Amino acid sequence: MEATAGGGCGSGPPLLLSEGEQQCYSELFARCAGAAGGGPGSGPPEAARAAPGAATAAAGPVADLFRASQLPAETLHQITELCGAKRVGYFGPTQFYVALKLIAAAQSGLPVRIESIKCELPLPRFMMLKTDAEIRFGNPAELHGTKVQIPYLITEKSTFKRMDDEEKQQETQSPAMSPLASPPSSPPHYQRVPLSHGYSKLRSSTEQMHPAPYEARQSLVQPEGPSSGGPGPKPPRHQASLIRSFSVERELQDHSNYPDEPWRITEEQREYYVNQFRSLQPDPSSFISGSVAKNFFTKSKLSIPELSYIWELSDADCDGALTLPEFCAAFHLIVARKNGYPLPEGLPPTLQPEYLQAAFPKPKWECTLFDSYSESMPANQQPRDLNRMEKLSVKDMADFPAPTQDVTGDDKQALTSATDEALPKDISEDSATPKDPNSLKARPRSRSYSSTSIEEAMKRGEDPPTPPPRPQKTHSRASSLDLNKVFQPSVPASKSGLLPPPPALPPRPCPSQSEPASEAELHSQLNRATSQAAESSPTKKDIPYSQPPSKPIRRKFRPENQATESQEPSNTVGGPASVATVKPHPAVQKQSSKQKKAIQTAIRKNKEANAVLARLNSELQQQLKEVHQERIALENQLEQLRPVTVL
Amino acid sequence: MVHTSLDVVDEKISAMGKALVDQRELYLGLLYPTEDYKVYGYVTNSKVKFVMVVDSSNTALRDNEIRSMFRKLHNSYTDVMCNPFYNPGDRIQSRAFDSMVTSMMVQVC
Repeated sequence: MEATAGGGCGSGPPLLLSEGEQQCYSELFARCAGAAGGGPGSGPPEAARAAPGAATAAAGPVADLFRASQLPAETLHQITELCGAKRVGYFGPTQFYVALKLIAAAQSGLPVRIESIKCELPLPRFMMLKTDAEIRFGNPAELHGTKVQIPYLITEKSTFKRMDDEEKQQETQSPAMSPLASPPSSPPHYQRVPLSHGYSKLRSSTEQMHPAPYEARQSLVQPEGPSSGGPGPKPPRHQASLIRSFSVERELQDHSNYPDEPWRITEEQREYYVNQFRSLQPDPSSFISGSVAKNFFTKSKLSIPELSYIWELSDADCDGALTLPEFCAAFHLIVARKNGYPLPEGLPPTLQPEYLQAAFPKPKWECTLFDSYSESMPANQQPRDLNRMEKLSVKDMADFPAPTQDVTGDDKQALTSATDEALPKDISEDSATPKDPNSLKARPRSRSYSSTSIEEAMKRGEDPPTPPPRPQKTHSRASSLDLNKVFQPSVPASKSGLLPPPPALPPRPCPSQSEPASEAELHSQLNRATSQAAESSPTKKDIPYSQPPSKPIRRKFRPENQATESQEPSNTVGGPASVATVKPHPAVQKQSSKQKKAIQTAIRKNKEANAVLARLNSELQQQLKEVHQERIALENQLEQLRPVTVL
Repeated sequence: MVHTSLDVVDEKISAMGKALVDQRELYLGLLYPTEDYKVYGYVTNSKVKFVMVVDSSNTALRDNEIRSMFRKLHNSYTDVMCNPFYNPGDRIQSRAFDSMVTSMMVQVC
């Protein structure tokens, strides 16, 4: 099949193909040539013409293939002309390879000229015909998930780079031969070495940025790599690798035809970017200001000119601020640059804002959810179903035991992804995986940003009071709890902070008042609901009271709680009085279902408060340890100084 | 010669006290006997000055063309400024800016 193409190397400059390209092209050539015999829908004259020369690909399947690249017809005409097939009259291997490279160039947006195929290009993309391609998709698709795509192309890119170096050195190896060597028996040995170089380089570079996902992907690709370079049975390996690439491309292609795979953002990356965006700016539909983005991206340790260039690429509307798609594009470019990719001349089509917004409608949906939240302040007075709030609170509880880093961020994310099951797991996973210290540094800082905005928003929003979603308030207060942990490190400070806020406004800046406030809210809510709520509320009050008895803070505020609660108007008849009415409770069974619901919500809230308080506890204990250590250090110093003074 | 033209520009700016915003100012006149060239000045709202030196052998670039060129320059410059990584006063390394400028110059010649 891929015999000597001596007759065909007349057209244009010598082709320098990388190993990946060779595999791909040889596979395609084989397919077209092989399909010549029983080609699907090939014209009889062409088939007849192709039959005598085994070294040519029939025009029929070739035309089908070119059409599958989904380029416009005139581009295909140009390509066929350029590659010399028209001149020569048939598609020899050289013409075929040139044509494929031109297709890749055209798909990358480069003009269809011989010069454009001299540079590195990704593989041309074809919407493969279903007949034989599907057959082979089965096995490889099982082995590799959607994540193989980028690492495969990362390796391709790195091999491209290496290949160019190697090939330039070995130009004497008759570049015209390279298109032919489909079982690259000649180049394999030296190509295998650069392959491993490529892998090691990749591994070291990607470890910096995304250790977890990329390494996982690399480990997937790695076993495949050395095998593909092996000089064993070449054609099946090539086919396997090719098919894998096709299958992966197909899986991920979304019926779009962009060959610039390194610039395509995967779901996982997208999640990560969106989370980072949220950490900088809680509202996904709004944008990040220039200075904020500058601080954030500066942490990536790229040089300022590069960052400036990346900004120039990604800020499409040049407004000095990054919207979510712009931010994702910028982030992706930074990631790519850190992994060693050269920055593109222009923004690749997969990174353009319209494409990103269209391709990932989920954040938009989240945006709408979040917008509706943010209108009436984030996570606050949205009159939503209790069910949803229950769901949210459940998710919040699930998030709480997870990392302690992005508390506010996580809460927010849990909120917005309420109905999306996958996201909270991603969030917890994302925050759990060891991020580079840059993002870690970014988070606590941005936490204060976002939490201040939450706090302010909530304060603003508290004044139009008493709609049903009190549970939301508890949740949001939970987020403000962390803020207060940040701002009020000492326990006495927090204690003093409790007294001023009046009971009508659910007290913001106080973690320890959450319980009493929640109880108060519970009271007000339930009493509004039914009259029997008054009877059920005392039972819930009992539960929170008994919850963290060990906390001295709690106990100190019990009398205050009772005092505040007694101030509340028609809600209860004071703490002790309502406690007395506990006994007739079992007698009332008509509203048992409502009471059960109320109890359940109360339980949930209390669990939330529990978790929050537990966290607070742990942080305070850490502070306590630190203070102890300081004290020890000071005492040591004192002892050291004492003999001096004595003497 | 650019520095001397800058001095003249400063002179002009300080001269007109009324109109703080001078979108455009054509300054023709720095024609040395040996080197024919014209210098055009343009001041932005933020007192950033653009100076354009044109070879006089290029017969009569029209006033409007000069103005449009300055406008384009101004627009590109604001785009460059939007970049938070750009420190005012640095050498502009924006590729889009450079390409715009070169295309403008090519178009004129």
